Amino acid sequence: MKKTYKIDVDCANCANLMEVETKKTAGVKDAVVNFMTLKMKVEFEDDVDAKEVMERVRTNCKKVEKDCEIYF
Amino acid sequence: MNAKQKRNLARILIAAAWLIALNFVEISGVERFLLYLIPYLVVGYDILLKALHGLKNLRGLDESLLMTIATLGAMALAIYEDGDYTEAIAVMLFYQIGEWFQSYAVGKSRKNISELMDIRPDYANVETADGLEQVDPDDVEVGTVIIVQPGEKIPIDGVIVAGNSTLNTVALTGESLPREVSEGAEVISGCININGVLKIRTTKEFGESTASKILELVEDASSRKSKSENFITKFARIYTPVVVACAVALAIIPPIFSGDWATWIYRALIFLVISCPCALVISIPLSFFAGIGGASREGILIKGSNFLETLSKVKTVVLDKTGTLTQGNFDVEAVHSKNLNFNAEKLLHLAAHVERYSTHPIANSLRKAYPNERDDCTIEGVEEIAGRGIRAKINGQIICVGNEKFMDEVGAIWKPCYKVGTIIHVAVDGEYAGHVVISDALKTHAKEAVADMKNSGVENIFMLTGDSEKIAAKVAEELGIKNYRSELLPADKVTEFEKILSASSGKVAFVGDGINDAPVLSRADVGIAMGALGSDAAIEAADVVLMDDDPRKISKAIKIARKCLAIVKQNICLAIGVKILCLILGAIGLANMWAAIFADVGVMIIAVLNAIRTLITPK
Repeated sequence: MKKTYKIDVDCANCANLMEVETKKTAGVKDAVVNFMTLKMKVEFEDDVDAKEVMERVRTNCKKVEKDCEIYF
Repeated sequence: MNAKQKRNLARILIAAAWLIALNFVEISGVERFLLYLIPYLVVGYDILLKALHGLKNLRGLDESLLMTIATLGAMALAIYEDGDYTEAIAVMLFYQIGEWFQSYAVGKSRKNISELMDIRPDYANVETADGLEQVDPDDVEVGTVIIVQPGEKIPIDGVIVAGNSTLNTVALTGESLPREVSEGAEVISGCININGVLKIRTTKEFGESTASKILELVEDASSRKSKSENFITKFARIYTPVVVACAVALAIIPPIFSGDWATWIYRALIFLVISCPCALVISIPLSFFAGIGGASREGILIKGSNFLETLSKVKTVVLDKTGTLTQGNFDVEAVHSKNLNFNAEKLLHLAAHVERYSTHPIANSLRKAYPNERDDCTIEGVEEIAGRGIRAKINGQIICVGNEKFMDEVGAIWKPCYKVGTIIHVAVDGEYAGHVVISDALKTHAKEAVADMKNSGVENIFMLTGDSEKIAAKVAEELGIKNYRSELLPADKVTEFEKILSASSGKVAFVGDGINDAPVLSRADVGIAMGALGSDAAIEAADVVLMDDDPRKISKAIKIARKCLAIVKQNICLAIGVKILCLILGAIGLANMWAAIFADVGVMIIAVLNAIRTLITPK
């Protein structure tokens, strides 16, 4: 299952860090963060609740970049 | 400017004004320190907080922490030495100016590009019992009749059931000439209805409609990262730790031998300021993003930064003939009867019947030339023989329609034609009846397109076609193409293409119209599909999609790619070069904090401005 989310982040390097963190989050198979379009594409593992996983993704991303936001 | 940018700009201006004012104030000691602390905190408090936050989460070396250490270090040195806090504050101030500029420039180009691609429809008008209702296009089911008023965008692909109008397709194809449409015409979403009211029965869901597909494609494009981007990401990951390690070494090792701690710590702080990789990390993706955006304004959709990169290295272009260089609309040019039992009309009549079920362009043209094909003749046992033609039984007679090989096989004694074109022979019960000449006109700009490609540095141009040698030779000569391969079956095209691919040194592009050349499109280094609006298969298989069918766009796409990659290279060299130069000069004491600020912020601003140049497409 793949989903796209709108994100908000200020710098390109932070977006790269968010991508690394998202990929590490449990339940996420793969992720691409696109700084230019401010979008995050997440591919989930099978049988996971996307919303629950995204909560974890948001927490992890906020650890690396306090000012970031993910809308879901 | 958004609220955050405005606020940050205000902070920068206040701090700068304060700093300038302090130059005229004679004060010393603790009061001086406190007065200088104010602008520092005004402009840098969020960085300090971020650094703390990063420390708390054991983040290691992030930009904020580096900036915090560098500026606090410089402050401490100033207290120890001469009380000149300006440098420390300037580092923070310019860092913030850089951040602000970057955010402004990126926001601006984001907006620019989304305006270029302003084809997203916001609503659809559906007729209900109490008049027109605006609904979310996502909720419109296939087969619903929607109303499009003048000035509105067509939200969903469909067929016109009532009304005439002119459509503006410029956002989709880059073609500024409006298109006339009337009842029965298929229309695609994203076009703007200029004058008449149109009633359209939708044939697709919103998500499957052209406008949505194109937007998705463009938005996804910068997610497919190019080699340059991956290089920069990796480089940034090692660059910062290495420079920081050097800084630590510089602060500790030399003073052990020579003393003079203040000088070496100052040099180490210079390293920290230069250690931020921002200029690279922002300018490279920005260049690609702007390149892809600029190309889409010209009606050239590039599916990823990686393809832009490959496109810039194209040395060989292989072109499909039909639909790419020629119009692909076959027309019956002449009918030559060679048997007294069959006059021209009867010949065409039989040929059209045999081709009734075929979707081949030639079959379409035969049916077009004989419009009342569906009469009461009986047609049975239609059999298509690949590379030969079609056989069918009509009113009890076996009719074979196809090429010379087919005629030889059924034993018909065929006669060659003096005309150049596709010759379709007809045999009735094994006896030769005559032939139909079908020809396909060159596109208006085909010749110019080939010349353009040669001028833009494409070394080899090949043409592949399933057509006869005679037609291929004629077309190739007219266009000035030296290399061509003719009489290829669809499968031969792939083999022939692979031969070209293995023989050429640079990257090889294939250009086709997406009809039966999808395998070659996906085999090529970059597959370019042409006139692909509405053809899902081609959009799927290709890496670059030319929205209209103008072959001149091929060289334009290559030029855009070359320009974009040149800018990327300039930025990489500039940023890495200046940083390394400043690091060396800093280490030996020839560069001060101001040089470091330039290497960090100045270079970033230059690189970002340079990246934005890619938005301007070359003529």
